[in-house]
Amino acid sequence: MRQAKVIVINAKDNVATALDRLEKGTTVSINVKGHTEKIEVLSEIPKGHKVALKAIAKGEAVIKYGETIGRAVSRIARGEHVHIHNLTSGPRGGRA
Amino acid sequence: MTTFQGYRRQDGRAGTRNHVLVIPSVGCSQVCAQAIARGFRGAVCLPNVFGCGQMGEDRAIVRRTLAGFGANPNVFSVLIVGNGCEELSAGELAGDIARAGKPVEALVIQEAGGTRRTTAQGRKVVAEMLRQAARLGREPIPAGALVLGTECGGSDYTSGLASNPALGFASDMLVAEGGTVILSETPEIIGAEHLLAARARTKKTARQIIDVAAWWEQRAIASGQNIRESNPAPGNIAGGISTLEEKSLGCIYKAGTAPLEELVGYASRPAKKGLVYMDTPAHDIEQLTGMVAGGAQIVAFTTGRGTPCGSPVAPVIKITANRQTYLAMRDNIDMDMDRLLKGRETLAQAGKRIFDEIIAVASGKLTKAEKLGQGDFAIFKMNPDI
Repeated sequence: MRQAKVIVINAKDNVATALDRLEKGTTVSINVKGHTEKIEVLSEIPKGHKVALKAIAKGEAVIKYGETIGRAVSRIARGEHVHIHNLTSGPRGGRA
Repeated sequence: MTTFQGYRRQDGRAGTRNHVLVIPSVGCSQVCAQAIARGFRGAVCLPNVFGCGQMGEDRAIVRRTLAGFGANPNVFSVLIVGNGCEELSAGELAGDIARAGKPVEALVIQEAGGTRRTTAQGRKVVAEMLRQAARLGREPIPAGALVLGTECGGSDYTSGLASNPALGFASDMLVAEGGTVILSETPEIIGAEHLLAARARTKKTARQIIDVAAWWEQRAIASGQNIRESNPAPGNIAGGISTLEEKSLGCIYKAGTAPLEELVGYASRPAKKGLVYMDTPAHDIEQLTGMVAGGAQIVAFTTGRGTPCGSPVAPVIKITANRQTYLAMRDNIDMDMDRLLKGRETLAQAGKRIFDEIIAVASGKLTKAEKLGQGDFAIFKMNPDI
């Protein structure tokens, strides 16, 4: 099977973007900071959506582009889909 | 130094197009103005519905926007069509445009004796203006004369990953040529305003960036809306964007990396060259209208989900990195950045492709929106009309 492409934009990011749909239960190889990490996909990730690179605690900042894109509203496991069900905006996000 | 083939104007600016523009100074004269421009190749009419009944600052915004379109370097000359009793008179608007050094004439329906007589007189004026416009040819003009409006709409994950960074690279190239790049759509810098403020040339501009972002968020709250709930829009969310911050961070890539020279109000002409910021809504057409009124002769518009958007006066180059969108909307989308998204070309190569397309379109190559006659126009207002 062709390797699904998953992109990490900034070394600080704790999420990656899937360029193809990722099936639940599969393992994907992601290039993080120059080395390859294997991540088990815990839930289906639609094309263009985000997958957690590490466990993110409730209330913790979700980082993409090296910047805060919002806060986790519940604990997010490594390999889980990160979207509007577990990630919320600001208030006045981005400024620590 | 890069040059494009453009039209030199009296005020020192240069156009990428050579339109004769018919402007109804009030909604009541719009149908007549449309009839005057109809069928003439090279004549366009602004579908303005305002000019009467605006309150407060809106009066100034409408006047500034219409006058800004008339003064835009892509316009050869202007015919204003008024009704006669409106607040924004044809003479007032003609005066604003004449002060910018542009040939302008005005007709008033109540004085000319009704729609048919005004239309007949107007068509004679436009025919003569077109004869004069045809005598002006293109000549080589430094790319530094270009004012590029940047915009994104219908964003998805591909926008922040590929098309906006590529447009940012092209923006930096234009700034390096001495040109001007306008970044705008304030509701979509929320969450990323601190990054823009840090790039401001002066403390005043940095403060203004933070202030306008806060103003838009407060304005939404005052009207009972949480801007972070209505934005990202459903299409953005389906396309993988979860929060406004995520959308904004992807959005500001299109401005490249240059320092931010100044902040100007809606439809206002920047005084500085380089990267400038215009405070506009995120509404695609109101934003586009503001930038063109501020003097943008060309616009680069990135999209993920796809849009047919175009301007009556300025060519709008539409760019996507979503292959499906490009294939599905080939008659609307000019450029495909799929190769960058897939890692088959570098950011510099993709950025250079966009810059080259900007020069080609500035020199006369028609955009997809121009071929379709897509001339979107909508003025941002703060208050209801009375």
